Amino acid sequence: MARLSEKFHACLHELSGRYPARRALLLPALHMAQKEIGWLPPDVIGEIAAALEIHPAKVVETASFYTMFNLGPVGRHDVRVCTNVSCSLRGAERILEHCERKLGISAGETTADGRITLHDEECLGACGTAPAMSVDGKYHENLDLLEVDRILEGLH
Amino acid sequence: MYIAGGETLFVQHLGITGARTLDYFKKHMTGYRAAQKAAGMTTEAIIDEVKRSWLRGRGGAGFPTGTKWSFVPKTTAQKYLVCNADESEPGTFKDRAIIRNMPHMLVEGMIIAARAIGASRGYIYIRGEYEEEAGILEEALKEARDAGQLGKVDIFVHRGAGAYICGEETGLLNSLEGLRGEPRDKPPFPAVKGAFDGPTVVNNVETLACIPSIIMNGGAWFAGLGRIEKSGGTRLVGVSGQVNRPGLYEIPAGGATIREIIYDICGGIADDRQLRAVIPGGSSTPPLSADEIDVVYDIEPLACAGSMLGSAAMIVVSEDYCLVRLLERIVLFYERESCGQCTPCREGVAWARKILSRIERGTGTDRDISLLLSVADSINGKALCALGDAAALPIMGFVKKFRADFEAHVRGGRCPGA
Ligand SMILES: Cc1cc2nc3c(=O)[nH]c(=O)nc-3n(C[C@H](O)[C@H](O)[C@H](O)COP(=O)(O)O)c2cc1C
Ligand code: FES
Repeated sequence: MARLSEKFHACLHELSGRYPARRALLLPALHMAQKEIGWLPPDVIGEIAAALEIHPAKVVETASFYTMFNLGPVGRHDVRVCTNVSCSLRGAERILEHCERKLGISAGETTADGRITLHDEECLGACGTAPAMSVDGKYHENLDLLEVDRILEGLH
Repeated sequence: MYIAGGETLFVQHLGITGARTLDYFKKHMTGYRAAQKAAGMTTEAIIDEVKRSWLRGRGGAGFPTGTKWSFVPKTTAQKYLVCNADESEPGTFKDRAIIRNMPHMLVEGMIIAARAIGASRGYIYIRGEYEEEAGILEEALKEARDAGQLGKVDIFVHRGAGAYICGEETGLLNSLEGLRGEPRDKPPFPAVKGAFDGPTVVNNVETLACIPSIIMNGGAWFAGLGRIEKSGGTRLVGVSGQVNRPGLYEIPAGGATIREIIYDICGGIADDRQLRAVIPGGSSTPPLSADEIDVVYDIEPLACAGSMLGSAAMIVVSEDYCLVRLLERIVLFYERESCGQCTPCREGVAWARKILSRIERGTGTDRDISLLLSVADSINGKALCALGDAAALPIMGFVKKFRADFEAHVRGGRCPGA
């Protein structure tokens, strides 16, 4: 009843040569697993723990530290609007409000149809091209409301 | 997006299609010839050249790079070189530009640095959000490896997953090892006991990307690019906020004042508004007011002016934005990003943010302003790592320089300008 693919386990094996300690494979493993499943349910955590020969509690201990790892279910699309200082100085608050209104949810929530999870995000490192957001890991910069509409409408 | 005065190392390659390829790197940059040259030098000679260059760390603390390398003990233990590509200090976006446009320059710098400290293995710890950039680095490393350029050094990309504290070097090392990114007690310092318990040097992306041209042209040449004492090379300055032309610029170290950067390079304040405050080096650095901007933009002059150069990420604020709200947002960031290990940072920063929220909403009292300062004072210098200070210093700076704004919020329930 393994949920992670053979490819996952093969990649993990390939990466093992990169580190002198097996535990260092944990972040790469969590990234790969989340890419496959979308989030990290308990059985996936268990499978990673078994592959790395550590206790599942150790996997959760690490995973729960990082905001990018989802320990609960999320929407199909991950929308993160930066509201940190440089973006706020260039209108980010309006962008987040606009997303919230358009999607009918608050930051931190997922739309009822499971389409989008919206986040109020910290600085993305795109401050010179603010305001910025990331959608499924891809950056969108120099945003205005029209562009935000176009991006959100493209997510199915 | 990018202008400069004098010779530049980086900006001429920004935005050029194909600049990130090995082919372009060979034609227009050092092209791994610096690494070949370093292969014929002793490790002492490399370190001496870097010391002569007056290259100072571009990650925030400004520590002289050659000196840092010389702390690594000459034992046979497995040593590591780690590139800090966590770039999470709000306002900072320079390392991303280097990685996107000239990844080979970073890789070549790492090969040379690894040789200098005797490391056969290097990691690039890159923040999780830079997913595309991690792919670009993997691609460049593959090109370099296939072309036989990596030699005896193996370099790998390791992705973080959204935690500012992993930019702090010992938090980074824990994260690399698969643990929570909680900073370690120091000493021991990484140079003695770092990644996987081996002696380790952690350097910022821009720092390492300077190394090939130092080896190619000599430390004295690099030192000469700087316009002030004890600071060599050029500096990538990321300007964001309310200027007409935000973006990434390159200036000779100490080659411009803040006024020149804002008005000559960035075209002045947006919408013809007045300048109110400048946060000179990322959101953790204390602000300067509009009458303090004739200071030369580098490490020592800014320290004398009571602030810091930090990661050279300048955030410009006009009269249009409420400074209390701005500070509340800054402190909220550090509250969210505190790793929670030590009490002054975990409790103090959250408490300070709550006080600021009250003041911002107009429900604060006069006593709240002094309470805020006393909370900041009990964080500053008392936390396990510098994250606590990163919240405390801006609080003290903003209240000291713009106290009237805070008082107006308390008394009138709103911004004086609004
Ligand atoms: C809370 C905190 C966050 C930091 N974030 C970064 C970062 O994102 N990138 C970076 O290069 N240095 C960061 N630093 C500084 C590093 O600890 C370290 O000094 C630096 O990577 C050393 O490289 P350098 O000597 O080349 O500057 C941070 C420090 C602290 C205390
Ligand atoms: S503040 Fe939004 S990207 Fe930096």
